[in-house]
Amino acid sequence: MAKDEITKGYTWIGTTPDRPDGLDKVTGRARYGADFSLPNMLHGAVVRSPHAHARIVKIDATKALALTGVKAVVTRADLPTGLTGEDLYLQENTLAGEKALYDGHAVAAVAATTALIAQDAAKLIEVEYEVLPHVTDVDEAMKPDAPVILPGCADHSVPEGSAPNVARYIDFGRGDLDAGFAEADVVRSAHYTTEATHQGYIEPHAAVGQMGADGKGEMWVCTQGQWYIRKMCSAVLGTDPAQLRVTPSEIGGGFGGKTTIFMEPLPLALSKKAGGRPVKMVMTRAEVLRATGPTASASMDVKMGMKKDGTITAARVDFRMQGGPFPGASPVGEALSCAFACYDIPNLGHHGWEVLANRPKCAAYRAPGSPMAAYAVESMVDELCRELGLDPIEVRLKNGVKEGTRASFGPKYKRIGLVETLEAAKAHPNYAVELGPNQGRGVASGFWFNHGGETSVSMAITEDGTAQVSVGTPDIGGSRASIALMAAETLGIPYENVRVNIVETGALGVNEPTHGSRATFASGKAMWEAAQGAIKEMCKRAAQKWDIDPEAVTWKDGAAHPAGENAGKFEPMTIKEIAAEMGKTGGPISGHHESTPSGAGPSFGTHVVDVEVDPETGHTKVLRYLVVQDAGTAIHPAYVEGQYQGGAAQGIGWALNEAYIYGQDGRLQNPIFLDYRMPVASDLPMIDTVIVEVPNPGHPFGVRGVGETGITPPLPALANAIHAATGARLRKLPMNPPAVLAAIRAKG
Amino acid sequence: MRYHAPATFEEAVSIAAGASGVTRFLAGGTDVLVQLRSGLVTPDDLIDLKKIPGTGDITRLEDGGWRIGVAVSGAELGAHQALVADWPGVVEGMELVGSTQVQGRATLTGNLCNGSPAADSVPGLVAAGANVTVQGPKGTRDIAVEAIPAGPGKTTLAPGEIITAITLPPRGKHAGDAYLRFIPRTEMDIAVVGCAVSLVRDGDRVVSARVALGAVAPTVLLVDACAKAIEGTTLDEAALAALTRAAEAAAKPISDKRGTKEFRIEVAGVLARRAAVIAYERAGK
Repeated sequence: MAKDEITKGYTWIGTTPDRPDGLDKVTGRARYGADFSLPNMLHGAVVRSPHAHARIVKIDATKALALTGVKAVVTRADLPTGLTGEDLYLQENTLAGEKALYDGHAVAAVAATTALIAQDAAKLIEVEYEVLPHVTDVDEAMKPDAPVILPGCADHSVPEGSAPNVARYIDFGRGDLDAGFAEADVVRSAHYTTEATHQGYIEPHAAVGQMGADGKGEMWVCTQGQWYIRKMCSAVLGTDPAQLRVTPSEIGGGFGGKTTIFMEPLPLALSKKAGGRPVKMVMTRAEVLRATGPTASASMDVKMGMKKDGTITAARVDFRMQGGPFPGASPVGEALSCAFACYDIPNLGHHGWEVLANRPKCAAYRAPGSPMAAYAVESMVDELCRELGLDPIEVRLKNGVKEGTRASFGPKYKRIGLVETLEAAKAHPNYAVELGPNQGRGVASGFWFNHGGETSVSMAITEDGTAQVSVGTPDIGGSRASIALMAAETLGIPYENVRVNIVETGALGVNEPTHGSRATFASGKAMWEAAQGAIKEMCKRAAQKWDIDPEAVTWKDGAAHPAGENAGKFEPMTIKEIAAEMGKTGGPISGHHESTPSGAGPSFGTHVVDVEVDPETGHTKVLRYLVVQDAGTAIHPAYVEGQYQGGAAQGIGWALNEAYIYGQDGRLQNPIFLDYRMPVASDLPMIDTVIVEVPNPGHPFGVRGVGETGITPPLPALANAIHAATGARLRKLPMNPPAVLAAIRAKG
Repeated sequence: MRYHAPATFEEAVSIAAGASGVTRFLAGGTDVLVQLRSGLVTPDDLIDLKKIPGTGDITRLEDGGWRIGVAVSGAELGAHQALVADWPGVVEGMELVGSTQVQGRATLTGNLCNGSPAADSVPGLVAAGANVTVQGPKGTRDIAVEAIPAGPGKTTLAPGEIITAITLPPRGKHAGDAYLRFIPRTEMDIAVVGCAVSLVRDGDRVVSARVALGAVAPTVLLVDACAKAIEGTTLDEAALAALTRAAEAAAKPISDKRGTKEFRIEVAGVLARRAAVIAYERAGK
């Protein structure tokens, strides 16, 4: 929808200027992780376990250290002991201790004068393994006799007598399930599974780290969160976080996978051992796929009861998710909370198990847990709609959550936009296109909480009356542009007069990463607060000049004005005039804001997809795709659309072809983009978007995060469309051609 | 690693025959350089063939056939209108290899010598009845393309032997060929099954045919039973059904990360039928 159709009286918000970082990015000038170099720099390489589960008997680096050019080798023995909880798991994941826990688990690292020497040296490090039985499948890992990955992993939530790999158990609900199911005309249950998928960011992890014997260090790194890098690396290395200065590079995609650490402590550890020479480390694609955060794989049961009129009377989910070999990584809690977030159902049950398996440590991936939950629940809603002959959008409207509804996970919703997305989807021309043979249409809705998070922002007025904004949230989706637009709107100056800088850890207080769809919401809100401080000071300077009370000055259109007739008659004093004199009138003018903002309005979306399935090969062609999502207020509509389309593209990949494929030996068989099949451009139609704007009352401009919800509906929407096209219900991802053809054949 | 850029095939043969370690030949480099970068292969001798005169040429032979040099890229094949008119199936197989960028470098001979059972250009060459000229320390010989692959990553070429050109036979009148592959996506992928059909028509009847299947056995298969199923027919429903069954029966695939055995067998039949229809239509034009 063109922005000019939605007039809210803003000058800058809702326009679509070029991104401030655009020229650098299209000309190749932007500096990504691997682009950074320092004089005297060494290059690192990592030795990784070829086994899914093995005791490390011995590591002998003698031959590697004898190679000319090799300056340091680190193993777990070089790292401090005594860590607990998540710090320990981060350290275990950085370098294996007693056991290698998955194919690709780092065992040792080496630094040398060139990358080629480092790679050769890594091959010379001899590791003796005692191979142990392994388990990679979530249901297999939950069996009582499964190989035990981390003895004693269960926390207090896990009932006595549970299988040894169960690390966490969650249950919650409301109402009376039995009574609810008894009220229904149809009660159905089914089992759904999803495979692990990778975020698939185009830029591999890369960092340059430097640390002296005194524990003082610096790092230049591709990350979604420089303060998390600082905190986590310091914990793993036993150093003081205040002594590590972390500068984020430009970032070629993250999707949640760069909110944590994988190899990042290693350049620092190697540097410290190599006399403080900086060490650069760049992962290969195979390392990224084998050893950085994919999402969880899931095994899920859903039971749901519906009346003939479409009213959902009761529902229960049982979710089992593996997120690798360490507790706390699998998003089973989020999945449970998202499962019924779109529905107002009186009787609900949620049960979840987090299970350990010999797979890489799971990281966040765009709306963690929500896509799997949506696949199970939104497929089941569709199954019931078809059985009862009901329209899928009408059923969602009938049961959909609104302002004041108590969410399935507890709190009462404030103003939300699910119903508006459903109405817009129903009214869209795509929903009325007549379908041909072997074609089918699928509908699904999706949800993400959105997030505030620790935020610190600073704004400084420049001598020429422009403004610079320092934020701590790396720009992965156009947030420089959206924050600059909001700053221009707030100050009343042109967009081009604002420079938004993503700054290093020494420049601001702690910021959480760009995650939870929070950057435009939280850094934008903090920028607004910081700007109020700068505006107040500028009004004060004008008041001084006019010799009136500062309270009698107001700010509009980029200038200080007398508040009214009584304040006196003065020509407005522009930001340019105030800034030109600020050194003489009291010094630099700036504003700061630090907080952990609440009020990140929840995000809802509805997708409609049409597919055509080749009945002889099972190949699914996506004919047309529609994303409708509530943005609150679309600050930069083109980048909002980009987020919607990107989420849909990733969801389509997850639904149709992407999967981690493990062999009997527990090794990942497809650590390469050729066989880890993300969609290519020609696989996708133009993804149509409708931006619904139901302003978030928790933000000065009504912003809701838009980054994540878009990946949740595609999984069930595709399953529902394939069912409509073929009559076959796919309850297992990926729905690749062999799976679809087998399902068509099984149907008879 | 030693890099060589010989000026003649004689010189190239002499370097290759004298090499004792791992030897790789370089033309487009779209397999060799990738393997080198990923650490799969570190050759002791890398012999670059594309500086040899004539390796970049597409030549029409006196009998109406074609000789294609070992350094001719997929993009050059696709831009050669007369060749495309004669052998559209051969060219479309080659053009399915990789991306636009890869097409600027990848070669037919390289695709053949890489030894992949799923190589997209090989079924088309086999169906076409193409030959390769092999030069080695013991002299030069011409052999059928299907005699080169020996299993995944392997060829029947002896140490020191080099393919110097690929020869396509004269196409003749009322003839057509086609190649289809199945991939889960739409491009940038490896064939799960491939099938090429080349046939000659007399009126509505198929007088002769050659059918080759890819990615359903350790090497590309030339399937006589498929040819027999359609020769002498008007490619009616019964003939297509017989072709489908023959292709299914000939396919001996494995289940792997790219597809199951059952799926590959079924799709081999589907592609054979679809490719035959396209080749038949092309032959009628």
